[in-house]
Amino acid sequence: MATQKRSRQEQILYPLDWLEERSGLVGAVRYFLLRNVPADTDWFQTLGSATLTAFLVQATTGIVLAMYYQPGPTTAYASIQHITNDVWGGWLVRGMHKWGASVFIILMFLHMGRVFLFGAYKYPRELNWVIGVFLLASGLAEGFTGYLLPWDQTAYWATTVGINLNGTAPFLGPFIAQFLQGGTYINPNTISRFYSIHMLVLPAAIGGLIALHLYLVIRLGVTSPPWSKTAAGLGPLDGSGPNGSGPNGSGPDGSPVAPAPALEGSTSG
Amino acid sequence: MDPSHDNPHVPGPSLWPVGLAIGATVLLVGFVVSWSIVAVGAIIAIVFGILWLRDLTRKSHAREQEVRVEPERRQKGPPRTTHVPRPARTEPATPETMPRNVFLEVTTLGLGGVIGALVALPVLGFTIGPAFLKQGVSHVDLGPLDGFPEGEFLITTFTSSESEGFVSRRTAYIRNNGFVTLPGTKTAQPSFTILSNHCAHLGCPVQPNGPQQVKDTTHYKSVTRIPVNPSGFGCPCHGGQYDTEGNRIAGPPVRGLDRYSFSIVNGHLMLGKPYSVAFVTGKGADAQIHAATLHFPGEQVKGIESWFYPIQPPH
Repeated sequence: MATQKRSRQEQILYPLDWLEERSGLVGAVRYFLLRNVPADTDWFQTLGSATLTAFLVQATTGIVLAMYYQPGPTTAYASIQHITNDVWGGWLVRGMHKWGASVFIILMFLHMGRVFLFGAYKYPRELNWVIGVFLLASGLAEGFTGYLLPWDQTAYWATTVGINLNGTAPFLGPFIAQFLQGGTYINPNTISRFYSIHMLVLPAAIGGLIALHLYLVIRLGVTSPPWSKTAAGLGPLDGSGPNGSGPNGSGPDGSPVAPAPALEGSTSG
Repeated sequence: MDPSHDNPHVPGPSLWPVGLAIGATVLLVGFVVSWSIVAVGAIIAIVFGILWLRDLTRKSHAREQEVRVEPERRQKGPPRTTHVPRPARTEPATPETMPRNVFLEVTTLGLGGVIGALVALPVLGFTIGPAFLKQGVSHVDLGPLDGFPEGEFLITTFTSSESEGFVSRRTAYIRNNGFVTLPGTKTAQPSFTILSNHCAHLGCPVQPNGPQQVKDTTHYKSVTRIPVNPSGFGCPCHGGQYDTEGNRIAGPPVRGLDRYSFSIVNGHLMLGKPYSVAFVTGKGADAQIHAATLHFPGEQVKGIESWFYPIQPPH
């Protein structure tokens, strides 16, 4: 074996083989990217990865904004002005973060609407819906905490109103509000507290939840659209029988996948 | 399996080395902290070390009799929890009350829990505590009494905490009601109406409905006072409206404007603690204030809805 010359292809792929033999990572990535999905998946089903992309944009731009931003009651506003007007490309990166935040929230809602209308939250994917709700709540909390950071009049009073809204919750509300602003009134610690929640606590939580979310997507597979004839058992699409095995009829481990629900009136027999 | 080859001379489970380790740790900490702690650590380490040694010697004595030690292995059935001595053995080994694997499991989880709690509790306290402790209100000197003309509102802006700086700037609407002799007292007392500018809806700053006489602005230290003759107060955020006593007359607020208590020290008006007000009957010095402890905006202080907020955090 050692005397045999490696072919050109083997030479090129040698680093990957080396990595695969020692870590199994290549196989894992192949398993993740090249898994089977129903043949009639829809463009709407790209909304989830679009949301993930929006989050990655927020994380990347947020990390570099943190290199210039200075949380604090006397420094925050000035450092934002510095980022926007003086730092090279600052206006662009800050703009990406500011507008990307809205994109992230909007995409989360669109993705949730897709899952709801496709019935993709049903057995066995209920848990992924629950994780998604936590992701939505964390994303909204990111929006709330990030809104204070420019430390201008809009930020200050919007946060005042938001904190006092929390304060009106029965029983625990006053304690939640006082915890959020770190005292009876907004004080010098409030902005750094919000900054810590915004860039450390919540992103870590979102990252972990996304990992769980994706794990369940890979484990349970992708649902067919509700108009899918194959998933409804009404005809072959890719050669496998109406109730045959394959991406449309079974999960990756051969377990039956819940049939996608037929919207009323959309399937006529 | 040949027992002669697979006979690990492992010591039996013992808690004494834990004590020895604690003693050594205390001893080392003592080098940094105090010599008395070194002594305490040394005593702990020596005592537990002796106990451990005694344990070890006794165990090795017993092991000479014991020819076979059951090697650890995974069981397919339910795990055996006790090592049953053979009936043929004349001198039974010390009965094991806890198998080694269970002992290690329990100590690992237990120590992990203790370490986790040691880290988590201070962190939790540090996160939550400061928001609720030492919240007392500092008394702000608003200047001599003659700076407050009778019957006139002043938009008074002040720094409530010098150490916190500009972020603690707040505004109150202050009206001098003149000297009043309250029933039952002989001396006349100064009376002030001091309204907080925090809207009782969600905390936005209410504005006076009326022209501000900016050119008559007066200053005292960091206090700024602008005379104004308002017909009432209105909130720019969601449209809450109040009369000149701070009673809600329109919009979403659930109670009247908060007020500040005050005191007179050496002829100066001193701002005191703020408190919440359900509503006020009467006017000026004769006002009957239905007061409550300070609540966050948006919380009712009278009536059935106030039952939702039975406990207030220390303000």
